[in-house]
Amino acid sequence: MALLEIENLSVTFATSGGEFRAVDEVSLVCDRGEILSIVGESGSGKSVSMLALMGLLPWTATVTADTMRFDGRDILSMSDRQRREIIGRDIAMIFQEPMSSLNPCFTVGFQIGETLRVHLGMGRAERRERSIELLKLVGIPAPEKRLSQFPHQLSGGMSQRVMIAMALACNPKLLIADEPTTALDVTIQAQILDLLIGLQKKNDMGLILITHDMGVVAETAERVQVQYAGQKVEEQRVRELFDDPHHPYTQALLSALPERATRHGRLPSIPGVVPGQGDRPAGCLFSPRCRFATDLCRQTVERQGPEFGYALCNYPLKEGVPTGHPGVPELESAR
Amino acid sequence: MLRFFLYRVALLIPTFIGVSIVAFAFIRLLPGDPIMLLAGERGMSAERYQELQAVYGFDRPYLVQYFDYAWGILQGDFGQSIVTKRPVLEEFFTLFPATIELSLCAIILAVGIGIPAGVLAAVKRGSWLDQTIMGAALTGYSMPIFWWGLLLIIFFSGTLGWTPVSGRISLLYYFEPVTGFMLIDSLLSGQAGAFKSAVSHLILPTVVLATIPLAVIARQTRSAMLEVLGEDYVRTARSKGLAPRRVIGLHALRNALIPVVTTIGLQVGVLLAGAILTETIFSWPGIGKWMVDSVFKRDYAVVQGGLLLIASLIMIVNLLVDVLYGLINPRIRK
Amino acid sequence: MVHIEAQEAAAGTKPAGPTTAWAMRGAMLREFWFYFRQNRGAVIGLAIFTIVVLIAVLAPLLAPHSPTLQNRDALLLPPIWADGGSWTYALGTDAVGRDILSRLIYGARFSLFIGVVVVTLSVTVGVVVGLIAGFFGGWIDTAIMRVMDVILAFPSLLLALVLVAILGPGLMNAMIAIALILQPHFVRLTRASVLSERNREYVISARVAGASKLRLMFVTILPNCLAPLIVQATLAFSNAILDAAALGFLGMGAQPPTPEWGTMLAEAREFILRAPWVVTFPGLAILVTVLAINLMGDGLRDALDPKLKQS
Repeated sequence: MALLEIENLSVTFATSGGEFRAVDEVSLVCDRGEILSIVGESGSGKSVSMLALMGLLPWTATVTADTMRFDGRDILSMSDRQRREIIGRDIAMIFQEPMSSLNPCFTVGFQIGETLRVHLGMGRAERRERSIELLKLVGIPAPEKRLSQFPHQLSGGMSQRVMIAMALACNPKLLIADEPTTALDVTIQAQILDLLIGLQKKNDMGLILITHDMGVVAETAERVQVQYAGQKVEEQRVRELFDDPHHPYTQALLSALPERATRHGRLPSIPGVVPGQGDRPAGCLFSPRCRFATDLCRQTVERQGPEFGYALCNYPLKEGVPTGHPGVPELESAR
Repeated sequence: MLRFFLYRVALLIPTFIGVSIVAFAFIRLLPGDPIMLLAGERGMSAERYQELQAVYGFDRPYLVQYFDYAWGILQGDFGQSIVTKRPVLEEFFTLFPATIELSLCAIILAVGIGIPAGVLAAVKRGSWLDQTIMGAALTGYSMPIFWWGLLLIIFFSGTLGWTPVSGRISLLYYFEPVTGFMLIDSLLSGQAGAFKSAVSHLILPTVVLATIPLAVIARQTRSAMLEVLGEDYVRTARSKGLAPRRVIGLHALRNALIPVVTTIGLQVGVLLAGAILTETIFSWPGIGKWMVDSVFKRDYAVVQGGLLLIASLIMIVNLLVDVLYGLINPRIRK
Repeated sequence: MVHIEAQEAAAGTKPAGPTTAWAMRGAMLREFWFYFRQNRGAVIGLAIFTIVVLIAVLAPLLAPHSPTLQNRDALLLPPIWADGGSWTYALGTDAVGRDILSRLIYGARFSLFIGVVVVTLSVTVGVVVGLIAGFFGGWIDTAIMRVMDVILAFPSLLLALVLVAILGPGLMNAMIAIALILQPHFVRLTRASVLSERNREYVISARVAGASKLRLMFVTILPNCLAPLIVQATLAFSNAILDAAALGFLGMGAQPPTPEWGTMLAEAREFILRAPWVVTFPGLAILVTVLAINLMGDGLRDALDPKLKQS
């Protein structure tokens, strides 16, 4: 049994303009010692699904799922209080903006110690000792001095290290990192990623890495799940995904990587934007932006089996060629 | 921190000088000759008039008079009441505790209810509770408090007969003031019922005086909380698995309080303005009523000294609030 | 979705130049109205305020009696719903037999007049002084701001009270005093807006294009500082009514027999336990009017400045 099992998770927001489905029947599995990456553009519901797991969504959100199980325990049937015992202790999360994610009014020591006190009931001296140990673990020099500092005295990279230290305080079984490096300088990004992976290996944690950056995925993840407009469109092991993407969206994302586009001289982009509340098409949600879309795609879409990476596509790609597509010969000739 | 403090004090000096000039100018601008007023109905001979002008220094140039006056202030001499002949400073300090007592109770009431109400409204945003609280707050903010006081007197003193109409304590009790605070003095006196009487006299004026600050604090707390509740660090606090009470009451409120403290500080001026009306309605022997009475009696020396003392008081409180702001906001603290 | 259309319309007309400026203003107004309308309280406030304005304008037609006519046969009559009340004097009479309803109706004129005069005075003076302070900076700025600090150092009502004592009691002097104590807020607000706008690109480009100082101050910068000023002006309007009523209550505002609401309260004070209605109605009139204006003020703030939006 996997550490985290989610089946058909949906999240709907009640907005002034009606209901908005941010996450649409997403399933995911993540085990101990595994790195799962969730990839997608902004607005694809990556963060929302994880916030739903943590119970951090505002009250306007309705969360439904067939299964949501962590470490063998059913999260859906838990009371808020029971869930809070797990949150922060067994499942921890770090966020995109480290600078604003730390409370400006409290010292670093207080914010780390708070988790230790609430979940592990540690005393003052014990907390201090463990906090110093954690700060050392995430590579912060002179940890004793940092404890009494306020967040505004830290740099962005330093803040993210503190966030990681805080998340690791109770040795969580699962760490969710929501775009942990997006707000940081490029040089710091690599350091933080290395740190996360190192700690994940060391503690044998599950790590869910949410990102929109395929480069980050290539360097870190083992398994990748691609999300588009709140739906899971493909899931594969990282190497296979890069070698042979089955969903046209994945293919488009990959061809937008600078490393892959050198031949053309100009970086390709995906035309259009992720559909929002008002303009969700019928059938396949990617169809308005897909160059293979047919009338069938505009009416209905089918989920493929494991041989096509569970792609949510009527004509899954095989070596770049859409399988079963009525216009394959023309497409071939167009190349 | 010390530099910040000294800088703030230095900024006060020009304002203080300005305030003293305004207060000084007023006494010269008020209609009627203060010396003739001293004489009252009897009138006064020309020699006596000259003599008194010399005594009060009114025959000298304004500039000389001002420096003389300013020099007196620096030595703690705020002049003498024309009506009672007592030093203005002495009168001020006799009446001041009554105003402090009333204002302190009012601000405690305003903060004690205003902050929780604002937090509650923000947390339950959009609910009927939020709408009720904010409706009440806006009504309180729009309240003509002199009328509000009369209304409370009609109901609680008139219809129900629960509370007395005026004064600080029933005439049945008499004791020498020790601290000047009636609540404490009445306890110290040991007389049965004295404390209860003092409390019953205090309730209505406190409610009236607290109304506007309470409304302002509740509104400010709500909007500060709404802003803070959307911040990333609140999400972080929740992601730690903290109880909602701790997330809202500690992580969010601590940040929301920073602007609220400034608001509370600004209410001191509002309180003293309100004290003028409240003390007049309830015949509360404090500095607000003292100033109103002096204006009507044309006791210029008291008006002049009182203006200066009250303005200084507000400036000092504002300075303290600035310092407090520095203390509770780590981003300013050095 | 109306506001999106409005925004698009506004965006669409921008490059077309001055010929469509009216269309653009219309679109902006529609957008403003869209946001304003969302706030139920603001709409109620606007409705009440409109009624008060109508009452003030139509006072001679609406009032059943003269506001100053004394009827010695009808002293301290209770309102219609109490024992002894009659339709002749629907809200009762005061201690010298004047009809309270008529006095309240005429009182609306005074309150609105006070608000308009005070706001006009304090906004004009405050904005000009604030523009000068913010635009010229340096010692002019320092001197102006110190003077404003001095005014703000006094409790507003106390300063107004002493000022009126100097100028002599009366409605006109009360309005001048209140305008004086309210204008520092406009000075500060204008100065702050000017300081933040002064170095924006559009101002610099106007300056480079050779706009005169006056033009820069009033035509280029001022329109961009209007939103907070309008909100503050609404607040000043309600504060003016409250302060004028307070001065009237203390006997330093409008003098009897003027049917000003605060002055009516002052006259009624000695009868509070004997005839509560003479106290109740004038105060209620003040509260309702001020509340309506403050409700509108909240709506204005939300509609004009989405950044400050509360809910």
